[in-house]
Parts: sequence; structure tokens; C-alpha cells
Amino acid sequence: MSIVDTVKQAVTGAVTGAMVRLTPDAPVDPLATKHGALGRSVPRVDGPLKVGGQARFAAEVPVEGLTYAALVYSTIAHGRIVTLDTAEAVAAPGVVLVMTHENAPRMAPPAIFMSNPRAAGASDLPIMQDPSIHWNGEPVALVLADTQEQADHAASLVRVSYEAAQADLSFDQARAQAHAPDSVLGEPARIAIGDAEAALAAAPYRVDLSYRTPRHSHGAIEPHAATVLWEGDKLVVHDATQMLHATQWTLAGIFGIREEDIRILSPFVGGGFGGKGLWSHQILAIAAAKLSKRPVRIALSREGVFRVAGGRTTTGQRVALGANADGTLAALIHTGVAAMTAHNNCPEQFTFPARHLYAAGSFLLEQKVADIHMLANTFMRAPGESVGTFALETALDELAEAMALDPIELRRRIEPDKDPTSGRAFSSRHLLEAYAKGAERFGWSQRPAPRSRREGEWLVGMGVATATYPYYRMPGGSARIRLTAEGAVVQMGSHEMGMGTATAQAQHAADRLGLPLERVRFEYGDTDLPPGTIAGGSSQTVSIAAALLAAHEVLVAQLLKLAGNDSPLGGLKAAEVEARDGGLHHKEDTGRGESYASILARAGRAEVVAQAEAPRPMEVMKHSMHSYGAQFCEVRVSAVTGEVRVSRFLGSFDCGRILNPQTARSQFRGGIIMGLGLALMEETEFDERTGRIMNPSLAEYHVPVHLDVPEIDVIWTDIPDPHSPLGAHGIGEIGITGVGAAVANAIHNATGRRVRELPITLDKLL
Amino acid sequence: MRFTINGQAVEASVDLRTSLLDLLRDHLHLYGTKKGCNQGACGACTVLVDGNRINSCLALAVQYQDRAVTTVEGLAGEHGLHPLQQAFIEHDGFQCGYCTPGQLCSAIGMAAEAERGVPSAVTADLSAGPVVLDHDELRERMSGNLCRCGAYNGIVEAITQTLVTGAAE
Amino acid sequence: MRAFSYARAEDASAAVRLAGASARARYLGGGTNLVDLMRETVEQPDALVDVTALPAAIEARSDGSILIGAGASNTAVAADLAVRTRFPALARAILAGASGQIRNMATVGGNILQRTRCTYFYDDASRCNKRAPGAGCDAIDGFNRIHAILGASPACVATHPSDMCVALAALDATVHLQGHGGSRTMRLVDLHRLPGGRPHVETELQRDELITAVELPALPFAAGSTYRKVRDRASYAFALVSVAAALDVGPDGTVRDVRLALGGVAHKPWRASIAEAALRGRPATADSFRDAADAELADAAGLRHNAFKIDLARRTVAATLEGLAGGDRT
Ligand SMILES: Cc1cc2nc3c(=O)[nH]c(=O)nc-3n(C[C@H](O)[C@H](O)[C@H](O)COP(=O)(O)OP(=O)(O)OC[C@H]3O[C@@H](n4cnc5c(N)ncnc54)[C@H](O)[C@@H]3O)c2cc1C
Ligand code: FES
Ligand code: FES
Repeated sequence: MSIVDTVKQAVTGAVTGAMVRLTPDAPVDPLATKHGALGRSVPRVDGPLKVGGQARFAAEVPVEGLTYAALVYSTIAHGRIVTLDTAEAVAAPGVVLVMTHENAPRMAPPAIFMSNPRAAGASDLPIMQDPSIHWNGEPVALVLADTQEQADHAASLVRVSYEAAQADLSFDQARAQAHAPDSVLGEPARIAIGDAEAALAAAPYRVDLSYRTPRHSHGAIEPHAATVLWEGDKLVVHDATQMLHATQWTLAGIFGIREEDIRILSPFVGGGFGGKGLWSHQILAIAAAKLSKRPVRIALSREGVFRVAGGRTTTGQRVALGANADGTLAALIHTGVAAMTAHNNCPEQFTFPARHLYAAGSFLLEQKVADIHMLANTFMRAPGESVGTFALETALDELAEAMALDPIELRRRIEPDKDPTSGRAFSSRHLLEAYAKGAERFGWSQRPAPRSRREGEWLVGMGVATATYPYYRMPGGSARIRLTAEGAVVQMGSHEMGMGTATAQAQHAADRLGLPLERVRFEYGDTDLPPGTIAGGSSQTVSIAAALLAAHEVLVAQLLKLAGNDSPLGGLKAAEVEARDGGLHHKEDTGRGESYASILARAGRAEVVAQAEAPRPMEVMKHSMHSYGAQFCEVRVSAVTGEVRVSRFLGSFDCGRILNPQTARSQFRGGIIMGLGLALMEETEFDERTGRIMNPSLAEYHVPVHLDVPEIDVIWTDIPDPHSPLGAHGIGEIGITGVGAAVANAIHNATGRRVRELPITLDKLL
Repeated sequence: MRFTINGQAVEASVDLRTSLLDLLRDHLHLYGTKKGCNQGACGACTVLVDGNRINSCLALAVQYQDRAVTTVEGLAGEHGLHPLQQAFIEHDGFQCGYCTPGQLCSAIGMAAEAERGVPSAVTADLSAGPVVLDHDELRERMSGNLCRCGAYNGIVEAITQTLVTGAAE
Repeated sequence: MRAFSYARAEDASAAVRLAGASARARYLGGGTNLVDLMRETVEQPDALVDVTALPAAIEARSDGSILIGAGASNTAVAADLAVRTRFPALARAILAGASGQIRNMATVGGNILQRTRCTYFYDDASRCNKRAPGAGCDAIDGFNRIHAILGASPACVATHPSDMCVALAALDATVHLQGHGGSRTMRLVDLHRLPGGRPHVETELQRDELITAVELPALPFAAGSTYRKVRDRASYAFALVSVAAALDVGPDGTVRDVRLALGGVAHKPWRASIAEAALRGRPATADSFRDAADAELADAAGLRHNAFKIDLARRTVAATLEGLAGGDRT
């Protein structure tokens, strides 16, 4: 999603840059340093449901009279449908409807990301409205039947013939015509400070390297699915989504109906990682439900996920570093091209890390896109940063080697005192501390000289790399607090895909309200609740936190008013009270206060309800806000076969205040494990002759299995960011960043070989 | 077709093409067992048949008539969650929870295999002896259950605590 | 998936009879390959004859041989103590394949007759001479990392994916068959074919011929046999290259006898007879092993993405034999 754009739009709509700088910082959140429920390893609130098999996912909502959908996918990448023969499918047992562009209802194209803060469309192509084909795998027909078996079979009976047009499929050819995108998530596509090429040429130490990274699939174990019902003019969609309210708004536009008439529910999402957005399957299912007047379940097959829901795109990158003799950088160049389509907006921001990480005398950071006839690519865990850090951080390792410097020492010498490209002050940056702590714990000092440590046939090596991801907070979210004598419910239409949102925000609410954890609940996953923001850009935790904080201010004001002058709180201002022990109390005068139950009872009220929208994320305009980490890896590489085994891994992070150590550790580990996949095995095979994805299967698209994953050690600085709600940063994406490089650097240390193309499969090490 | 599912006799008349997984989910509304790939490649659909773990997505229901099937819904006892389920919560052995039912059933079947002395690809000496479920053995034997959230460490801890004899010390 | 009829066979004769009653019948073992391919519409049988009730006994005979019923699950074979001690390469090969769940379902018969994992074979939008004879092969110029380096043809470069079969090929296994014309036996190495011009004909089996058992002849030095599999992740992935080997070294340090087969390299489990011949009587040294591997791979040919397998196979053969000869293998 257009993270930066959305943020900027919201902020600059109201204030200009100069005003931003003049606006005072928000006061430090008192909860940033307080220890209550926050900071504790509270077990997940949805644990019993999930381990009991009782959590209901999108394809699991029982509905009377349900029909099941199956899709037919195009087999060409570009061109048009010439003939469509659906007779056999229509006549097949159990078939309720065969929908093609010939009978699909008229639908407006989806509003694409960034065209509006609430636009959710992954692409702005019209969906099944005409015979044209834009990618190999585009749905050309949808079959509805009484059972899934019948639908699947009937789908195999639809005959389609095509007239192919010339398709741009080769990345290398398209690279020659690469062009600058309008922006890279609201940031300029090119940043040049000084004459970096000249500085590079003049530098005493230089590396100038090319990198390739392949397409990736999110591979959430839950395939995309939706259960769709029209109740009269009202539409209900049980979806697997990480963008509830944006989906609601975008669907309203597509179907020409009112937002209020659409309800999206998504209480559980079986993994998202950026992939669970609005793709064509939900839209087609809604259209089919409309045509057939029957409820519809669409559960994509695993192949369907690869054909219909895009993944991370491929990149070609250059990193060139020029260093002075003292180890400072004279030039930092990071440029390259990502494959994209003409209909989407996701340029894979691989130059972002280099914009903020290191000091250099000059910079050239530029990225372009090459148009390919393929399924729209999208955001996947740390888009850009994941593959960008692979290039940047292995190049730094090569530079360190060329200079005979320890790679951590090199990073000390290029540590900036302010953001090197924006000039803004860092809100909270403790990267070198993370390095120091990590190095100590990992035993970095034991790192062998390249190719010098061998155990039997196994060569052993260690590598390190920086992890980084921006801090984002999304505007537009509102939280509601319902307070009763029994406790409180906090409501916001946000998402739980396994990050631990419901647990962490319950902890937050408990501390914010001064209630025990058992007496608060966090409700989410439903557009009938106050609008949440997307679960993307690692922004959700602080976005919810800011809304809850705002709602709490409203609540306190209401409570003081209700308490009135007969209360021990009488005459106190909001700033003088704090929430604790199940009520409001004077901050200093510990004896003076009143419980919520008592306030409510005296006022004769069963509950107080307070709702507020989060303030605009001014902090991101004022400061350079990022999370950091140091990733340490030990590998064993077979000298015989080139097989790589990761034997040890440590992530040392600086991500503000950690709210729940247990769920946080899991998030970091999950990111690191996806990073191991990126480093060693993951590649969506895109056949450039046909534009077809050839491994749409979890047997052939390899993700790490149990045996690939060692016990992963995770530590953190736990230093609150004074400028963020709760002192926290999002942590969902940083885990994957730097991992590719840490593994590649470890492999070099073990074998003496540099591999600059992902994944590092064994053939590259023979 | 007749089955015994979680101890209960069940009759169902379904298409011959229906997999055991779809029988459970779409016909019996036992949605605890998950569909991750329908290709035998992820293990989310793992159930126990007569105590043996299988991938129910590649199992035609008709082939499993008159067999005893245990799903995640059948793991808890009268006194609440199975100790392994409890341990998954304690060790954070899941995030999104989608692979979890398969991991749980697989772990229980896996422990029974080890108990019977079934070796694995990492067993050093095949010639006999009881299997010791060390870290490598556990990870190899659980490798048929993918977890994209990456909860592997917690899963292994939970299994070790619950199903590996002597691990408590 | 097309509709089909289903019948469960109580014995081999019934199975063959039931299969004969339909035009496109298929035997159903664990279904782990067949059901997957039926969903992909690659296989479209009109009748399934369930053969999982067929004999599954594993009979360890006093002469050192073992007879395994075709209905035995992969797990049961790998867990059998006689198999583990007499033919550890077979147990290891099975355990290196698929996952615990799939091995519990998969039968010996089904494992032998599982079909290639070539992604163009699976994709009905691609050209494949196996699926549609004469259509052409999109793998030859496509993604062919997992494809054959030995015995391939211009019509087909697919590999046979089984691990178990590689061990069976090395261990001189015989397959017991029953068909409309009665029963017979065949060496496993003769069962699968090379693709030649007719890659859709994958075996020498006759129509409806049923695998009833697999027999492993006594081979005392196979007690020290092993299996090494090289793949893209640590577990639950098909072999890029695999090696099944048994080595008998005399007191003088020369190779008295050897059994060697390769997986992941050809349209069939590849018995490395050239390497075996080159080794017999030679000193059991790293040099001999490398020379033998070179001899076996002399005719190997690589495609765009799989040429690395030639070197990988060479190294894996040499290292495996060195390990058996007592070299250091950690
Ligand atoms: C995700 C995944 C990963 C895998 N990884 C590996 C791996 O790493 N290594 C490996 O070796 N295998 C692997 N496999 C394949 C697996 O081993 C086979 O699917 C299995 O062995 C097939 O046995 P089955 O009994 O299920 O056969 P089925 O699917 O039932 O049958 C397969 C074929 O054999 C025929 N058949 C079955 N029994 C007989 C018989 N008695 N006589 C004649 N014909 C018969 C059937 O008609 C069918 O054509 C994997 C499978 C999957 C799904
Ligand atoms: S759903 Fe059965 S293995 Fe993935
Ligand atoms: S918990 Fe999400 S896939 Fe395992």
C-alpha cells in the first residue's frame, strides 16, 4: 500500500513542511516506559481457539445453500479471447452458473492503491469485462456448482481459444526500456547528492557489483478465500484480508453501491505477509453471487493463488561503494530496475535502505521499472528492503573485505549522525548497540578467516548484515472504548493474521485503562467496527495504539464529567489524573480517586462509550523514523555438494519498546525464517517464453521446513522511541531484512565464494 | 459411507471424488482440519487414521470407510485441552494458527511412530534401538508440516516438552 | 477431476479382473500421486481399483532375501528391522522421500509407478509429449533444473522422482507382476523405460498389469549399503541427485563387488553399471571412485539449468563410496 503517500497526503493536506517542523512533538506516551501488562509475555488471547481448531477462517463460515466457485485461467499472457465454449460446463452435473466476460455484470475497475487512501486494488485492470487478456493466468471464466468437486470438474470443461498479441516477458529486454515510476511510494525515484560516479572513480577503495533477485510468493498456508452473500442489496463478505475498510470502500466503487451496504468480516487470516489484499477472486465471487442469487464460496486452489494473487517481483540491482582510506564512504550508489506491470504501482523500493542507513560523501539512489505482461506484483514482507538489503549489505561485506576491515567496524565508521539524505534527526537509532550486543552474544570474535574452518566435509562460516525497516503510522483509524463496571471492550476494524495484534492491544488497553488484562477485550476484524487502517508496512500496532490513546483521552474527559463534583475526582483536570486500579486517580495524591464502577453507578449508567480518530502521523514528517537490527548467521556448506545448512542465527533488534516479548520474538523469527527462504531456496519460476508461472505448488515452490530452521536467538535493545505511541515500532517486516545478506556473507566466509543472485542454491556453490 | 470420527459414528453420502479433507470440512463442517495446498505438500490437512498421520487432502474419503479418524477437534479430553495444545500456547507454537491443527495431529502421530521405533532420515544407526527424539530427529520428522509464519522453534519446544519422554528433566 | 467408479480388490486376481472391466482403469494405492494428478486432469481414469488391501507382508527369508507385498506402506518397509539391517540403503531411500504423512499412505507399488514431477507435465497449458504424444516438450528450453542428464531424448527430459526405486535398482530387486495373461517377474531396472520417441510409455508393464510384490535377493554386503540424497532444502524435497550404494572391499583393499544407482538424473532409476564394472577389482580409493563416476557420466548431457547435476552426481558418487570405504564422512 502507498504507505508514505497516504501518510503524506494526510499530513500535507493540512500543513506544509515548514509548519511540520514548527509543530511541537507530541508528549512522550507515559506507557512507553511503564511496566504493566505491556512488556510481559502474555500468551495469545486467541490461542485456545486456534489450537482447538475452532478459529473460523474465511472459507469456513457455514452458509445455507452455498455454491462453490472454480476459476478457469488464461493460457496466454497478452491478447484476446476469440471463442468461449461453455456448453459442456453448463450442462455438467451440479453447475449453477458459468460466468465469463460475456455475461458478467458490469463492474468498474478497482481503484488502485494510492489513488485514494482507501483504495485497495492491486491493479486497475477491469475484471472479466471484455475479451482482452493481460497476463498468463488471468481468470477467463468462473464456474459455480453445488459442490467443489462439481465446480472443479466443470471448469476443466470450459474451452477457450485465444488470439495472442506480442507480449513483453523478458526482464532483460524490458530493462533496456525501463522508465522511472512517478514516485516510489511517494518518495522520489531518484536521489542524487553530489557527484557519486566521480567520487566513486576517485575513491581509493571501490566495489561495483550487480545483483539479481527473483520473484517470490507469499506462500501463506491459508489460500486466499472468501464466502460471499447478498442479503437483498446488502453485501456480506467473509474475507481473508489485511485491508478491511479499504476493501469495503473499493468494492463500493466497483459495484456502484454504498459503503454502508457492504460488510467485510475477517476475524482470522491464515497468514498475509502483504498478499491478502483485494484481488480478482473476491470481486468475481461477488459478481457470481449477484448473477446466481446464491451465496458463493471461492477458495483458491494453490495454483489459483499463484495465478491470481501477485507476489514479490524480480529485480536487477547495482551497488557501488567508494571508500576513503579511513573507512568512510565517499560514494554510495544503489540503482536498479524492478519488473512491474503497466497497471499497478509497486516498484519494490529496494533503494530505501540506502537512503537512511549510512553516511556517505555522495549518493546516487535511483530505481526504475520495466513493464512486463504479468500478474500485478505486490507488497510482500518488507517489499524493497528485503531484496535491497541483500544487495547493499553484501556489497558492504565485500568492501570490508577489500579494506581488510571487520564488517561491523566498517558500519561503525559510516554511522551517520542524522538521516543522510533527508537531513532529519533520527527519532531513535541504536543500531551500533544492536551490533555490539549481537556480536557479544553470537561470538562474532570467533569468526574464521574465509574458507579456513572445516568440520569433515562441511565448511563453516559466519556473516552479518544490517536489518532495517521504516516506521510507518497510518492515518484514518478510529478506536472505540466501551467501558462498563465489569471492564472494557476496545473496538477497531483491524486485523489479526498472527502478529498478535489482539493480544498486544488487549495488553495496551489494560494498561491504558488501569484494568487487569482479564477485564479487557480487543474486538477487530469487522467493518461494522470503527475504521481500522491496513495491516501493512508494519504500521498496525502504532496505528491502533494512537487511535486508542486518542479515544482514551475522550473517555477520561467523559468520565470526569460524569463523576462530577461529588466525586473525589471533582475539580480535577484530565492532565491531573491517571488510570489505574480500575478507576481514575490523582497522579500524585494516591488516595484520591474513584473506580469506574463507582462513577458509573452514581451516574446511573451501564456504560460509557468513547470513540476518536488517531491524530495525523506528524512524527514521521518531523523525524527520520526507522527500525534497525543486526543479523548474525552461521552456515555449514558441504564441500562435496554445495548444500547449505544454517546452523545458528541471531537477530539483534532496535525496534523501540517491545510490547510482548513472546509474540515479538515469534514475529522476528518468522521474518528471519522467510529471509532464510529468500536466501537459499525461494523462486517463483516465471517462464519468459509464455509468461506462465511454472511452479504453482508448495511442493515445487520451496519454503523452509522444520529441518531448515535452527533455533533462532532474538534479542533487542528495548529502548522506547520517544516520538511514537507506546514508544513502539512495528516489527512485522524488519525480521526478513538483512537475512539474505547475512546468509550470503556467511557463505562467503565459509567457502570464499560470493553469490550475487538469489536464491543461493547449491549449484551456485559447486 | 460410514466413518468413526473423533469417536463418533458418522454416515455421509458424498461424491466418490470427495477427499477425506473435503468430507470433514465441507460436508461435516469439521473445519479444524485445514486445506493449505490440496497437493500433499504442506501438511495442514494432517489427521490421524487409526493413530497414523496422513495428509487427508490426497486421501479419497471412499478409501477410508469404516476407519477411525481423529481430527484436531478430537484431541481435547474431558478435562480440557490436550497437553500438547496447551504447550503450543505456552511456547507460542503458532502465529496465524492455520498450520496448527496439522502440526498438532502430525506431532501426535510422529511421537507414536518414534515410540514404535520407526527410524527417520537423520537416524544415525538404523540397526535397532529405541529412537531418541533429539532436535534433529524432531525437526526431520515434522518437516512434512510447513509453517509460513515460521513458528517452528515454538512448535519444537512444545513437542519436546510434551511428547518427548525424559525431556522434562 | 472426472467422475469414476470405485472398487476395492480383495486379492490380486480380483484386482486385475476389476481393472479389465473398464477402459481406463487405474490401481489406487495410497493415492498420493494419482489423486494429485487426477485433480490436475493429467490422469483421467474412469475406474479406480483400490489395491491397498493386497498383501502387505514383509517376509524376511532365511536365505537373506526379503519379499515385500506391494500393499506395504513406505513407512512399514522403512521400519522393518530386516530391511534396516539387510538393506539399509532401501530404508534410507524411503525415509529420504516425501514426508512422514505421505510415507504412511504411500504403497510400494504406487511408489514404483509414481510419475515425473516435471512442471510442464503437470501444467495442461504446456506442451508435453507424455501427456499429449507428439505435442512437443516445453521443458527442454524451459525450467529444467530437475531434469535428466542421462538417457534423455529430444522428446522428453523428465526424471523419475522416486527415491525408493534408486535403492531397489542398486539392490537388484525383482518385481512380481500379475496381469490378464498370468504372473511373471521382472528386474526393477527393466521395468521403467527411457523416453526415446515414446515418452508416454513409461514402463514395460502390460495393460492392467499389477505389481504384487518386490523381492530383494540376498546380498550380504548390502548390510553396509547407504543412500545419499542431495536436494534444495534439508527435507521434503525431491532429489536433485541421489546415490544408492553398497560396497564390498576385500582385505587387500580392492573392490570385490559394488552396487550403485543414481536418482534424479534420468527417466528411470539409473543403475550405474559402467561405474560398477570400472570399480570391480580396483583399489577402493578416492581416485578409483572418481574415475568410476567419470566413466558413468561420460555421456551425460546438461540443459540450461541442470548441467550442474553432472558435476554434482560425480561428486556425490565419489563421496558416498568414500564414506562406505571407511573414509571420513561427517
Ligand atoms: C509433496 C510430495 C512430496 C514427495 N516427495 C517425494 C520424495 O522426495 N521422494 C519420493 O520418492 N517420492 C516423493 N513423493 C511421491 C510419493 O512417494 C508417491 O506419491 C508415492 O510413493 C506413491 O504411492 P501411492 O501408493 O500413494 O501411489 P498412488 O498415487 O496410489 O499410485 C501411483 C501410481 O501407481 C499405480 N499403482 C499403485 N499401486 C499399484 C500396483 N500395486 N500395481 C500397479 N500399479 C499401481 C497407480 O495406478 C498410479 O498410476 C512425494 C509426493 C508428494 C505429494
Ligand atoms: S492441504 Fe494436504 S498437504 Fe497441504
Ligand atoms: S502459524 Fe501461520 S502457518 Fe503456521
